[in-house]
Amino acid sequence: MKQFTYTKTSEINSAVQEGSANKTAQQGAEIRFIAGGTTMLDLMKLMVETPNKLIDINHLPLDKIETTSGGGVKVGAMVRNSDLAHHPYIKSHYQVLSEALLSGASPQLRNMATTGGNLLQRTRCVYFRDTEFACNKREPGSGCAAIDGDNRMMAVLGTSDKCIASNPSDMNVALMALEATIHITGKDGDREIPISQFYTLPGNSPDVENVLKPGDLITHVSIQPMPPGSNSTYLKLRDRASYEFALASAAVITQVKDGKIAHARVALGAVGTIPWRSPEAESVLVGTAPTAENFRKAADAALKDAKPQTHNKFKIELSKRCLTHALKLVTTA
Amino acid sequence: MVQEAAVGADGKPRIAGAMPVTLKINKKQYSIEVDPRTSLLDCIRENLAITGTKKGCDHGQCGACTVIVNGRRINSCLSLALMHDGDEVTTVEGLGDPDHMHPLQDAFVECDAYQCGYCTSGQLMSAAALLTEQCGHSDDDVREAMSGNICRCGAYANIVSAIQQVRSKS
Ligand SMILES: Cc1cc2nc3c(=O)[nH]c(=O)nc-3n(C[C@H](O)[C@H](O)[C@H](O)COP(=O)(O)OP(=O)(O)OC[C@H]3O[C@@H](n4cnc5c(N)ncnc54)[C@H](O)[C@@H]3O)c2cc1C
Ligand code: SF4
Ligand code: FES
Ligand code: FES
Repeated sequence: MKQFTYTKTSEINSAVQEGSANKTAQQGAEIRFIAGGTTMLDLMKLMVETPNKLIDINHLPLDKIETTSGGGVKVGAMVRNSDLAHHPYIKSHYQVLSEALLSGASPQLRNMATTGGNLLQRTRCVYFRDTEFACNKREPGSGCAAIDGDNRMMAVLGTSDKCIASNPSDMNVALMALEATIHITGKDGDREIPISQFYTLPGNSPDVENVLKPGDLITHVSIQPMPPGSNSTYLKLRDRASYEFALASAAVITQVKDGKIAHARVALGAVGTIPWRSPEAESVLVGTAPTAENFRKAADAALKDAKPQTHNKFKIELSKRCLTHALKLVTTA
Repeated sequence: MVQEAAVGADGKPRIAGAMPVTLKINKKQYSIEVDPRTSLLDCIRENLAITGTKKGCDHGQCGACTVIVNGRRINSCLSLALMHDGDEVTTVEGLGDPDHMHPLQDAFVECDAYQCGYCTSGQLMSAAALLTEQCGHSDDDVREAMSGNICRCGAYANIVSAIQQVRSKS
């Protein structure tokens, strides 16, 4: 691990101020916040992250889960994944989020991982994690070892000829379906960004993964209530039953009225370069009856533009079946 | 020639950039200086020579390093010692000793819940935390709650038995 200086702060403004000296908030950042540390220290040990300064934000007063007057919820960036998953209001009102969180990592890691840190977790692409290999995300312009390498775990949606890495998160797939809003305090004040505009596709610059700028601190995530009478679920398929990243996952929210789907939100995990919302699947579903045939049509629409690599063609069918099954579960609940 | 700056007030060699940290481990307080890069795991094992906690992967992927911090189990390999200034840490040494074993330690012996023993301190710390967490009654619930601890010897079935034995008695 590269040497760094360590500071800690319990004030939002001083964290933002210290972070603002950064040249970038993306790959190559010299100043990093550290929350749970489960992404940061992992990548620092691998020399994928080489900050010369860490700002410990564990003592910031952002560890509350608050319900809002409209029935929504505001989650502090420092709330641990385990506390969010087990919170009674989240369990009863946002089942998809609780299930997604509990399907991720392990109990120990969930006790450490934070809401803010989870939003910013990095890909598990083995070439990104190994400095011996070319990787445009880690070292822009060096090439992509995955395209001609082992790409079984990689993405099939949103890829570019520069990077095909999948986004591995579970929580963020649920937050996509829930249309969460990310609250940020930066050097120019506060702003709110819908999660649909938070992540950026790899395109020509896979080293840039989101809209964050130097100094930007995620303070909260807010979620509106789901429409009355709707159900939600998260389904995750993987190589082993637990403590494993997804091969395909689906977060779905549906509201069925008079035998027809009146409202649908669909997001897919492990198949996209970012947590993947599918408006295509949603528009197929709305107005139709909750039948296996219609679910399959929605799944076909969601994966219509999928582009397989040498080893991951199976993900397209797996993702379709995952979505179809999740829709069946949620509409028969 | 020994350079003065390289030696601290206690006469021990100083590490460049070292910072002070105070940890309460198994009810005993330790105030030391560590290189900021030191993980909580390395601090416990290397700096303080409390070696019951093991290092398997050093990347959060095995659970051998599980310790309980302020009542919650965490992977000590993915946390910096400096992030735990003032925290209360329990390692397997704090769970029990050969003369006063924790019920889980007794049950692990009785049920043959280990072979090589390398993962065992992590398993025990996870199991001890599990007893205080929300966890369903079935073997499957225990398997899921213990899934953050890999056992290369595959002693899983007996680990589940040992934990269930303790839970059924409490
Ligand atoms: C073995 C293993 C298995 C895992 N399995 C899964 C899985 O199955 N599913 C899954 O979804 N995840 C999984 N994870 C990933 C895990 O969920 C993330 O590592 C975790 O959520 C990151 O949160 P953290 O608080 O530890 O982040 P940190 O490591 O502290 O930070 C991550 C990044 O976010 C930045 N950051 C943190 N907080 C803020 C903030 N408030 N504002 C701005 N920037 C911030 C940091 O600077 C850093 O760049 C796994 C991780 C490991 C190690
Ligand atoms: S897929 Fe992306 S992260 Fe993986 S090696 Fe290629 S450029 Fe790097
Ligand atoms: S050594 Fe910490 S999880 Fe493997
Ligand atoms: S007993 Fe050998 S690794 Fe578990």
